Amino acid sequence: MYVVRVSLAVAGLLFLSAGCSSTPKTVRAASLKPSKERKKAPDFALKDANGQTVHLSDYRGKVVLLDFWATWCGPCKIEIPWFQEFERQNKDKGFAVIGVAMDEDGWEAVKPFAQQRGINYRLLLGNDSVAELYGGLEALPTTLLIDRDGNIAAVHVGLSGKSEFEDGIQELLRASSNPSIPAMFVSAK
Amino acid sequence: MTLGAGYHVNSNAPHEAYLIPLKLTWTAAPLEVATVTYPKATDEKYQFSPDQPLSVFTGNFDIATKFKVPADASVGLAILAGKLKYQACNSTMCFPPKTVEIKLPVEIQ
Repeated sequence: MYVVRVSLAVAGLLFLSAGCSSTPKTVRAASLKPSKERKKAPDFALKDANGQTVHLSDYRGKVVLLDFWATWCGPCKIEIPWFQEFERQNKDKGFAVIGVAMDEDGWEAVKPFAQQRGINYRLLLGNDSVAELYGGLEALPTTLLIDRDGNIAAVHVGLSGKSEFEDGIQELLRASSNPSIPAMFVSAK
Repeated sequence: MTLGAGYHVNSNAPHEAYLIPLKLTWTAAPLEVATVTYPKATDEKYQFSPDQPLSVFTGNFDIATKFKVPADASVGLAILAGKLKYQACNSTMCFPPKTVEIKLPVEIQ
């Protein structure tokens, strides 16, 4: 019998490839950026659970909470009930939540998870291309608040406070669309 | 393996099906895998899972593999090739699953 104990080179690889630092950091949710500093949210075309293609640009004129998540992401699960509540409370006010699942196993993993939790907002299946458009998505959850003009008003990486989202959503809903800026999104690749 | 303070990976047997287990696999040749032994996992509660503890590995740990030498194995130097799949998190965020390739030189006598 030949015995090998794997305790060697994998150590560094595991640490580095996870993109971890030696100290856990709680990423503070960013407050809303001033309008002039906001950049266009990259447009994408992704399928929903019914196979329908959805573009982010379909939501122009609405405030959008765009949540990149996965079923294997524990912190994401904490935020999901908040987002359900936001959807219920604000869907008639020009607001929508879009959840983009980054699961490798696709709808096979996502559909039962969503059904079990009664997710009431639109879910799309993400891919590497959309991850690239949004800076790589090296950590989940990554959640963006997008204003009515399609600009990114806030980016939250990691588990954030519910009130940070609430305050941001309400502020964006109060703000009217800027008529001097066409409600256009950056073209999808 | 070594994880930084505050980070964990799911054990090889997470409590919930949707979590991605740590898994070490080896190619069949030139040695046959007899057993892969993972360390004893610990149940930990996190900010995002305050009620249900997760089965995790943290800090420094080893994964041991016992190999059998096939009767027809060639004597001499060989390379064992394996893959380690894992998915890491800290208390506020998770990182996409990764697969690390392992290459281990051995001498078959």
